[in-house]
Amino acid sequence: MTDIPAPRHIPDRLDKPLRSAIFSWEALLVVVAVAIFAINSLASPYFLDPYSLSDLTFNFTEKGLIAFAMALLIISGEIDLSVAAIIALASTMMGMAVQAGAGMPVLVLIGIVVGLGCGAFNGLLVTRLGLPSIVVTIGTMSLFRGIAFIILGDQAYKGYPDSFAFFGQGYVWWVVSFELVLFLIAAVVYWFLLHRTSFGRRVFAIGNNPVAAQFSGVRVGRTKFILFCLTGLMSGIASVLITSRLGSTRPSIAQGYELEVITMVVLGGVSILGGAGSILGVVLAAFIMGLVTFGLGLLNVPGIVMSIFIGLLLIIVIALPIVWRRLRGGR
Amino acid sequence: MKAFFKYREIWLLAAIVVLIGLISTRFPAFADPGNLRQVFNDTSILMILALGQMVVILTRSIDLSMASNLCFTGMVVAMLNAAHPAIPIPLLIGIALVVGLVLGAINGLLVWRLNIPSIVVTLGTLTIYRGATFVQSGGAWVNADKMSSDFIGFQRAAFLGIPVLSWIAILVIVLFFVLMTRTALGRSIYAIGVNPTASVYAGIDVGRTKFIVFCISGMIGGLSGYLWISRYVIASVEVANGYELNIIAACVIGGISIAGGIGSVGGAVLGALFLGIISNALPVINISPFWQMAISGSAIILAVVLNARGERRQGRIILRKVEAA
Repeated sequence: MTDIPAPRHIPDRLDKPLRSAIFSWEALLVVVAVAIFAINSLASPYFLDPYSLSDLTFNFTEKGLIAFAMALLIISGEIDLSVAAIIALASTMMGMAVQAGAGMPVLVLIGIVVGLGCGAFNGLLVTRLGLPSIVVTIGTMSLFRGIAFIILGDQAYKGYPDSFAFFGQGYVWWVVSFELVLFLIAAVVYWFLLHRTSFGRRVFAIGNNPVAAQFSGVRVGRTKFILFCLTGLMSGIASVLITSRLGSTRPSIAQGYELEVITMVVLGGVSILGGAGSILGVVLAAFIMGLVTFGLGLLNVPGIVMSIFIGLLLIIVIALPIVWRRLRGGR
Repeated sequence: MKAFFKYREIWLLAAIVVLIGLISTRFPAFADPGNLRQVFNDTSILMILALGQMVVILTRSIDLSMASNLCFTGMVVAMLNAAHPAIPIPLLIGIALVVGLVLGAINGLLVWRLNIPSIVVTLGTLTIYRGATFVQSGGAWVNADKMSSDFIGFQRAAFLGIPVLSWIAILVIVLFFVLMTRTALGRSIYAIGVNPTASVYAGIDVGRTKFIVFCISGMIGGLSGYLWISRYVIASVEVANGYELNIIAACVIGGISIAGGIGSVGGAVLGALFLGIISNALPVINISPFWQMAISGSAIILAVVLNARGERRQGRIILRKVEAA
């Protein structure tokens, strides 16, 4: 009876040697973040101030919230270019509700439900009809923002209630804004979802090989549909925050955010081809983008020039490991 | 197979004819040859850009930086013209082509040599090129009064009753038609899109072809830079902001598959014309121009639904042919 071998322990994930942790993408991002932080504090005397640093967080919290859901979506091999348009449509709907006399809780609900609905619409088109998500969401991007333009034209909605202002302008404690708290909570939730649940494993499986995942019993279509809904939901939440922060709605609100969100995700080490990435990387990338834009802002660099740095950062951070590997391999 | 491809474009052409018919019930003068010529002229730049984007999409890549390239190159030629009005326009167009080529080659090199996915590369250069426009101009605008009369007048001059801008579009269409149907490069571009691995075994240098494709889209972006600035007679950082998605929309409506390998010159031209007709028709039939975005969005979704059905059917046809053989 004793010759039955004990069941061999198969680890859930392999132990990583310290070396791979040091040379990981996240480590590179930490180095970049620290470097930019140091440069910023040397370049401007106003940088190292709790209130400045608090203002800094507004540069990335809204986009970062969407970036978490987008990271999962990109890991699964899809993409959503309509997130900024969802913000515009949800914000417009909230503006209409204000005109109709809706109160604060209804406004928040409308923002979130519209976001979720738009995400579900994208998800249905991609999963039910089997269409490429990049094209579908280019279409829905025009459609959603187009509806906002039809409703608003060159007008703007104003007159949001005072209690609504808390979401985008309120502070939970001292200099810690509500947006930052929400960002950190979302980071933990998405980290847990992606790295600690079977749902997260399925997302990776789909991104690496959708056909194999399907044959392994993963409901590929349904998982992707949920991811599109999540992205829509986060866009709806971001819309509540932005509308609350600006206190007005124009159809051109959040223009160009989709590319910044995707830049954030890719900078965070998520493979644009799907199948790889981590939430920690996205959090770090969000911080880096916030640091760059805010630090340059303190130096009175115009926004359009900052975008050069963001673009260069994106290409250099992606190219660096490839060049490095090639140089080492070339010896 | 060939009949099927023709079928798709004829289908799109029919949709355009129906569209023009519907518009002319509300506004009869729209279908006048003179007005249609005007619509063609208005759409020329979009057609040229869509052709440049098409060759990129056919190789399973994407160029998101075309509108920024257009903006940057447009600013270069506008500032050159403002500073040295004596530079002849053909030389200026040559400069625009070279500047565009360089910007495209940067994209191409990053895609070819470093193997970075094109969507990431061009997402980066999209912001870089537009930012660079701000840096070179210092945020200033170049207005009509600083541009020479030749600069503005060149594309408006009529040749055989048609403006030069339309002639340039026709020339580009013909060149692309020859490229895609009569040259080895054209065949390689299709081959890479259909099956990159098989293309390598067939002796096609996939990376180098992608590099060339980005050079082509860069040159097209540069050429459009001059055409755009001299048409709308203002050069600023905001020129063609967000236009990259219109270009892709024209391709998608034209039946070019984002998965590569499927698409034609005729499709890209008709897709651009479709969008051009809508934007020209809305004001004359008294629909607020604010409707345009939602309409073109719906058109894209509809087009991609129809394209997907077409592609699926095509697969079955191949199977049936194999079974019959």
